[in-house]
Amino acid sequence: MTPMNNGPLLQIRALRKTFGAQTVLDGINLDVAKGETLTILGRSGSGKSVLLKLIIGLQKPDSGSIRINNVEVTELKTGQLDEVRKKIGFLFQYSALYDSLSVEENVAFPLRRHTRMPEHERVEKVRELLTLVGMEKASAKMPAEISGGMKKRVGLARALAMDPNLLLMDEPTAGLDPITAGEINSLIVELQRARQVSSVVVTHEMQTVREVSDRIAMLHEGRVRLQGTVDDLKRSQDELAAAFVKQGMEEPCHA
Amino acid sequence: MKKLFLSMFEWFGEFGFFSTDLARAAVKPPYEFRESIRQMDEIGSKSLPLVALAGAAMGVVLSLHTRDSLIRFGAEALQPAVIIMSITQETGPIITALVVSGRVAAGIGAELGSMKVTEQIDAIEASAVSPFKFLVATRVIACVCMLPLLTLVADFSGILMGWIATTAADPISFNLYWEAGTKNLAFRDFLPATSRTAVFGLIIGLIGCFQGMRATGGTEGVGKSATGAVVLASLFVIVADVLLVRLILIFFR
Repeated sequence: MTPMNNGPLLQIRALRKTFGAQTVLDGINLDVAKGETLTILGRSGSGKSVLLKLIIGLQKPDSGSIRINNVEVTELKTGQLDEVRKKIGFLFQYSALYDSLSVEENVAFPLRRHTRMPEHERVEKVRELLTLVGMEKASAKMPAEISGGMKKRVGLARALAMDPNLLLMDEPTAGLDPITAGEINSLIVELQRARQVSSVVVTHEMQTVREVSDRIAMLHEGRVRLQGTVDDLKRSQDELAAAFVKQGMEEPCHA
Repeated sequence: MKKLFLSMFEWFGEFGFFSTDLARAAVKPPYEFRESIRQMDEIGSKSLPLVALAGAAMGVVLSLHTRDSLIRFGAEALQPAVIIMSITQETGPIITALVVSGRVAAGIGAELGSMKVTEQIDAIEASAVSPFKFLVATRVIACVCMLPLLTLVADFSGILMGWIATTAADPISFNLYWEAGTKNLAFRDFLPATSRTAVFGLIIGLIGCFQGMRATGGTEGVGKSATGAVVLASLFVIVADVLLVRLILIFFR
């Protein structure tokens, strides 16, 4: 974190992305303050995941600006971009753990690559991270041997390995049962309290929206249709927002 | 038909970009020595039994085939020369390349393909590691280095089994077999023939990785990338062989 800098950690302006004839993002403006959690809500195919991939530079936008800590990342060359990426954690939708590496090696991967940490220190750090997500007992297991929810936890530990100041999470609870989803959500909230990271969480699950967000942006047809707090969303007259809120009510609650 | 041509051009275009990106990434430090060594073990050491077996089978078959024909012309004294010559010049290199295409190109295509469709390659890139350096360059380098060595193994076991098969039909000491076989064989016959397999290695590594990295759409995509890798690698190896043999004949004779 850079204390000298008081602007938003992440600033997105007029972001556009098309795939062939299909416009996925059509002029997105978003800000994420330091320590804030912004939830991006939207239907499947509304460009939520694409937005995350644009932020970390896995895809290039057609036009528009993305600034992280006041650095324009869309114009960076690979080497400079990698410096920015080291301070961003990314939790993939299906966790994307490396199949050929064990749980602890997965978490150690970024540390091994980017730090000159001595072996014992690294082992200690990996153990710390796995304890944080409640996976210390499974450290020697291979990804194929653990459940989807456990993979998400390990993915989260890996995303946190480099002490990121921005955490991007793509559907952290999709495909999980409500109880496991609730556990992951409280884990995310706990992490935010403990570490003060800014997060962008992409989801279509109201449960996650309610439990983790400071602020919500609803994406629809390539634009930000609605922005505000959870209460703003509930009070909104917007049909789509109402449909999402209703979906959340039908699910069992984990207050 | 037009569509087929278009997709072929597209493939070559993408392959060109892929290769230049790779070359650019591979020359920049830091180098991935550890991972390259691991891949050499994966690609080289683990192909050894297969390559040795294929070479041995070739040796036996060559001995069986040539015996009858040579006796017909009263030239059975030439048999060791025929076996050793054909193994070192052509059979050893091409059999090695084809066997390795089958094992390694398919393996790489499937491995990188499934990493691609499960976003593991994105995950590597997102954690500020270049998948080109870490996954592709290491595998291509391992293929280039290992193919000539594997070819030596195939040559050796082919020559040895050729002798065993020959001596089973008509006893001959290994020394005599070796002398007769290598009398007219110079180093300049052997060296270019063997080292051209480095090019086969390049083809196998590049095509395997390229097919893997462009996999899309779940398990079906992985299957397609593995199949594509084997088919195209074998095909290009054979085509390259024709060109290389021609070039070697021009420059080394």
